Amino acid sequence: MSDKTPIDIKSWIREQWGASKLPPGGVVPAPATSLEYKTGEWREFKPILDDEKCTGCTQCYFICPDDAIKMDDRFHPIFDYDFCKGCTLCVEICPVDAIKIVKEVK
Amino acid sequence: MAKVENQEVKGLTGDQAVAYALLNIDPDVVPAYPITPQTIIMEKFSEFWADGLVKTELVHVESEHSAMSAAVGASATGARVFTATASQGVALMYEILFIASGSRLPIVMAVANRALSAPINIHGELTDQLVTRDAGWVSFIGEDAQEAYDHTIIGFKIAEYPEVSLPFMYGLEGFIVTHALEPVYMLDKKTIYDFIGEFREPSNWVFAPGNPGAQGLLALPDYYMELKYQQEQGMKNARKVIPKVLDEFGEITGRYYHEVEPFHMEDAKYAFITAGASSGTAKAVVQRLRSKGEPVGMVKLRTIRPYPDEQLSELLKDLDGVMVVDRSVTFGSPASIQATDLASALLKHRKFPRVLSSAIVGLGGRDITEKDFEGLYEQLKKDVQEDVSRTHWWGVRI
Ligand code: SF4
Ligand code: SF4
Repeated sequence: MSDKTPIDIKSWIREQWGASKLPPGGVVPAPATSLEYKTGEWREFKPILDDEKCTGCTQCYFICPDDAIKMDDRFHPIFDYDFCKGCTLCVEICPVDAIKIVKEVK
Repeated sequence: MAKVENQEVKGLTGDQAVAYALLNIDPDVVPAYPITPQTIIMEKFSEFWADGLVKTELVHVESEHSAMSAAVGASATGARVFTATASQGVALMYEILFIASGSRLPIVMAVANRALSAPINIHGELTDQLVTRDAGWVSFIGEDAQEAYDHTIIGFKIAEYPEVSLPFMYGLEGFIVTHALEPVYMLDKKTIYDFIGEFREPSNWVFAPGNPGAQGLLALPDYYMELKYQQEQGMKNARKVIPKVLDEFGEITGRYYHEVEPFHMEDAKYAFITAGASSGTAKAVVQRLRSKGEPVGMVKLRTIRPYPDEQLSELLKDLDGVMVVDRSVTFGSPASIQATDLASALLKHRKFPRVLSSAIVGLGGRDITEKDFEGLYEQLKKDVQEDVSRTHWWGVRI
């Protein structure tokens, strides 16, 4: 299978694929399918930026274990809530307390 | 394929026989770690490699755990992979054995069967291989150097069948087979390539440039069972593939093997079940007892997984007594390792001999002699007379 093969990983889940249809050996024969799996749903705490306080030091960007922070052109964080799991590491590392944490309400 | 006439014969030990088979298979990758009594397989193969006779990538790893891990990684790229080990080496690989089968990688491994520590012992015993019976590998046991040679070739063919796609291990008992010199009939490179194919045809997605994907992933309760069921399907398919492959191999070599090999089972009232090297001794004894009019036969077991339950229950039904002669040990079990498998097989098919006894014999390489089999035959008759199935620690000093 080449990288051009379209693969709708969601259909595996939607259609509840069984043993005869799933690729053997538990492989996923397509790239970057983790983007389809929104780990942000696991989040219990949600980081929120106080833009006034942020100095653009980028420390939160580098510590995020889930690559869930992008930076704007002032190097202020933009959280990708699809993948932020709410580990609060960014909150802890911020030297000016510019990230606050709120309980996730779903 | 037509029969190969004039096969070259060489005097080889079991280990050397495996190396000579590998010489003509020329596997892509061989990661290995030395351990007695497997050592000569790799020593001999390294010589071939150093002489430029094989194109194999030979990986010197620092442990058996790494050997099997490297085998998994290499096989996941579509490479044809071989390794060999024994005893503690199998035990150290244990974790990765399940990853190889769960990832459906047709790795082939020789096990120079040796007793497990403690106490440390380097001699022949089948326990190291038998305890891996739940690891999802197709598992064969051979009797002599010729079978070690042949299983090496047969193993690749079975494992690589797309509908099987499972790793394959085969045993050759430490010293008795690994180090004893015997005449071995060999096949040329072309015949082997025609038989197993020059390259492995990956039946599954493999790591390759321009082929992105992922292997070794997490599967949670919602998918894990389906993937395990696929493995059982692979085993089921192996049941169909094995006799086909053995037949094809027989056509080429004249050496016809079977999952179970009955000997003098016609009208037998009593039977031995054997596996591995002691089968030859059993044959000699059965032959002699038959010539004296004793109604005894034997069945040599070649395939441990998938277990040939149907064939065995068919052969053993209506017998008065069966004695499983088991060169392995388990503790606190209802019977010996092989006898418990056999008991479930008989129960499944609802065909029973009256008595199913087992004997734990030859541990740590202790000889299993003709006298032992004669004694076991008397013991079996006694068990039948008293109508009890027993597990005998045969020849142990108490
Ligand atoms: S809470 Fe954790 S996962 Fe979310 S943005 Fe901060 S560091 Fe990243
Ligand atoms: S660590 Fe705090 S101050 Fe630094 S960029 Fe992130 S939010 Fe802004």
